[in-house]
Amino acid sequence: MSRTSCREYMQTNFAASLCVLITALFCLMFWKTGTIDAATAPGTGAELGYASPLELLISPEGKRIYVLCNESDEVRVLNAATYAPIKSIAVSHQPRGFSLSPDGARLFVANSWDDTVSVIDTQSLTVVATWPVGAEPSGVVEDPAGRHVFVANRISSDIAVLDAQTGTEEKRLLAGRGASYLTLSPDGRLIYATHIYPNLPPLRTGLENRTPPESEITVVDARRAEVVDRIPLHSIAGVFHVALSVDGRLGAVAEFHPKNLIPLAHLEHGGAFAYTLTLFGAAVGKPVEIPLDELDRYASQPFGVAIAPDGLRLYISLGGSESVLAIDVARLLHFVHSRPRPASGSYAYDLSASGNYVIARIPVGHNPRGLALSGDGSRLFVANRLDDTISVIDTKTLSVATTIALEGPRTVSALRRGEQTFYSAHYSFQGQISCSSCHIDSTYDALTWNLEPNGFGRDIVANRLLEDIKDTAPYKWNGGNPNLPTECGPRTEKYFWRSENYSDLQLADLALYIRSLPARPNRWRLPGGELTGAQERGKEIFERSVDRFGQPIPETNRCSFCHSGPLGTDNKSFDVGTTKPSDHPGMLDTAQLTNVALPAPYLHDGSARTLEEIWTIYNPEDKHGRTNDLTKDELNDLIEYLRTR
Amino acid sequence: MKKFSNRKWIAMTLLAVVLLANAGRRGFAQAARRPHRGAAAAAALPLMPRFRFENFTIADGLPDNHVYAVLVDGDRVWAGTNNGLGLYEDGKWKTFSTKDGLAHRAVLSLALDKRTGDVWAGTMGGLSRISGGRIVSYTQLNSGLSNDVVYGVSVERENIWVATAAGAGRLNLHTGEWSLYNERNTPMREIWVYGVSATATKVYFAVWGSGLLEFDQTSGRWDIYDDPDGETELVLFKDQGLIHDIVSSVSYVDNIVWASTYFGDSRYDGRYWHNFLTKDSGLPSNFTNYVKGVDANHAWFCTDKGLAYYDGTNWAVYTRSLSLHKPVMTVRDAKGNVTEIPVTSGPAHNYILGIDFQGGDIWVATAEGLSHGILQR
Repeated sequence: MSRTSCREYMQTNFAASLCVLITALFCLMFWKTGTIDAATAPGTGAELGYASPLELLISPEGKRIYVLCNESDEVRVLNAATYAPIKSIAVSHQPRGFSLSPDGARLFVANSWDDTVSVIDTQSLTVVATWPVGAEPSGVVEDPAGRHVFVANRISSDIAVLDAQTGTEEKRLLAGRGASYLTLSPDGRLIYATHIYPNLPPLRTGLENRTPPESEITVVDARRAEVVDRIPLHSIAGVFHVALSVDGRLGAVAEFHPKNLIPLAHLEHGGAFAYTLTLFGAAVGKPVEIPLDELDRYASQPFGVAIAPDGLRLYISLGGSESVLAIDVARLLHFVHSRPRPASGSYAYDLSASGNYVIARIPVGHNPRGLALSGDGSRLFVANRLDDTISVIDTKTLSVATTIALEGPRTVSALRRGEQTFYSAHYSFQGQISCSSCHIDSTYDALTWNLEPNGFGRDIVANRLLEDIKDTAPYKWNGGNPNLPTECGPRTEKYFWRSENYSDLQLADLALYIRSLPARPNRWRLPGGELTGAQERGKEIFERSVDRFGQPIPETNRCSFCHSGPLGTDNKSFDVGTTKPSDHPGMLDTAQLTNVALPAPYLHDGSARTLEEIWTIYNPEDKHGRTNDLTKDELNDLIEYLRTR
Repeated sequence: MKKFSNRKWIAMTLLAVVLLANAGRRGFAQAARRPHRGAAAAAALPLMPRFRFENFTIADGLPDNHVYAVLVDGDRVWAGTNNGLGLYEDGKWKTFSTKDGLAHRAVLSLALDKRTGDVWAGTMGGLSRISGGRIVSYTQLNSGLSNDVVYGVSVERENIWVATAAGAGRLNLHTGEWSLYNERNTPMREIWVYGVSATATKVYFAVWGSGLLEFDQTSGRWDIYDDPDGETELVLFKDQGLIHDIVSSVSYVDNIVWASTYFGDSRYDGRYWHNFLTKDSGLPSNFTNYVKGVDANHAWFCTDKGLAYYDGTNWAVYTRSLSLHKPVMTVRDAKGNVTEIPVTSGPAHNYILGIDFQGGDIWVATAEGLSHGILQR
């Protein structure tokens, strides 16, 4: 080697070493134990609360990642190449869904707890408008012509149609119960809406609480802004994201298929849930339901769905299984077309089916939810809600290439550990279920369940809301569990999990989390807290001590006696005349009235579809309060008051 | 030069079209006059709409021949029958029944939410909402509805107004709140409410035995309009108020109230009343089941003796001869001259219960089938 070439070699080597050093320094700055830390504001991270990334979007030109942070009430913007944070944009309370306008110029955010939509200018990354919408907006999408913005409202179970320029609401379309997620078809003609609670049975048969749940995909014509179809989803309760292939020929929706009509104690016999996709569109013909579960490993709580741009792969996030499934679409379609199609159109219970098309299960973080694919389909981004991270999956190797840590606390609090336990199916037999399988988004599922092992059709119980329940002990409809650790510990382990028990610490954390769950804002109360005329009249009926004939009402037969106090319960049990021969004899726990307008069906076994039916059908002897002297308008007033609780 | 030729050609074509049109009109009018009876001067015969009626019965797929109500939504036609709700689309009938979630098989009234395309059906067993093929039903047991017999329904923004056998009601779709209106909180003396017509400003209720009830949405004030002479059989004070207290239906359009009763009909412009009786109008019968105003000056009356159209001056009646059962159309001019127009088709039955419009066509609910009146131009 000549001296010159040696010098050149050394210079080159030095330059290379410098590069390596700079790179190493760069990596040290941004990497922490295998993750890229997106925090760039030193000293502020520790003060931040958890972000809880729920949904993800990639900007049309592929340069940005938008992260919807459900707990910190913001949208975080990251550089899609370096994953470095660009900006955090504060929105309103509990944002649950967001979408970009077709041209990418505006970002719409549905703020679920204050009933608004934030409009973000993606040029300036600022909120330029906040529009009022219906009750608990959870999904939002704009039509391609830019005429309307559609908003799925979870509580009012409808789709608000807004003027896309002014935000003025023009009308609302009837959607499924608990309307939540909206997807625009690739050609922009149709909007697919899903809902998390099953529709109430339309007919009164006396067995409404023992019929399979029915859900739907509501199909809206984007131009006409009218419902043009409803794709029925039989035996489904809990429907989440829809994805469509680029050519629009294949649609897939993530859903829960509950087995709530058989004893849940049969978990080891394949009880509780099947987790499935319903496929629809020209590629499959008539809609068909396919299972995601494996023989000995369930695909618990599918949520997000994405189809690769080339249409070859389909990805599903599993909120309870802490993983992402990859499906080979060609093999899936071969399965669908080659197997004899059951009359029901469902393969849900065939645990051998998924082996034909599921090609990978990729572990990610806690409670993975929203998915987003890069434009070329090479990277799949996964929002790990309870880790404050984003997994970046290399879709060639089907493995996590990188994990982006969002700015925020680095420690996992007891509360968050409890929430992670609440959402993880790890503890149950074959990873089937977690608390959140039935308490969707920490609320409920609108189903009635057969929880006891004493036979089919016995001791049917309706699910109850987990809102502000910390002071409502004892728990269970029969009041049999004196506190949450008992409710969530031995009972859950024995009857539900049939597998791994919680440690004392885990149980304490779980109870702490459940105790922390607040009541969501009541939508029937006026902003100032005053009551409407009907509500005021209803309150008088609720508190009355004399009936319309001037006869005193016994204390125990007044609404306000059992449903007393700020939570509407005295935490005692009574016989209100609603038990059936199939129920275990005994009295029933007085249910709290917190947001009582929401958790239909009612009564301990869900036999009343509406609040009205509690008294028009199931109170013939006035055991559930003195109500048979009321006129219909007085009963309506009473219900209007109850809705404010 | 070429341009000039084109202009000339266009002008000549337009002239020819106008001449042909006039010739056609003369021919139409002459044909209408030819078989007239009465002393009317031929030149004065008013030009009233003529229809070729196509009648649908169960043989064509209609759910039942007894049709209480009809509703047109673009190319689709809904028929509320005694045995289900029929939908006529693309030349075929489809039936919605209680198995599909309909509140009751007998559908008495229909209303369209023009914004959403949802159809609301008042039945003998509750109120049903038909939305994109899904049916949601409200009854007196599962909701705040006051009574399951829903005679009338009207959509006003997010409010659904109902007329029931036990008062009136309003369902607010945004809040889910039911408000009931009856003898306890309105001037309603009877609670048998037969019809409702709601707008953003005013809501009118046709109350059987209690006249016409008005609710002012702005002020929240109620008013009652009843028969000024209080007589059931006599009309002592004509054009001074509602013709009779037994009101069967109401239609509020262009700030004009059209009200039908079993003893004649009325028009009210907010200040003046005008009554219609068989003896001094073109009504074929005073027993009117249903009225539907087209605008301030035009209305259709559905009676037990045929269908009547009023254009503000003249009347046309579409019926069937009771003796020969042959279709008959008559035209009554402003002077009371009645001219019979030869027709080859008519409504399925003289007992008319409802009507709706499809462009120039009409759809007519009768006791023995649904009739499609195709406008003859």
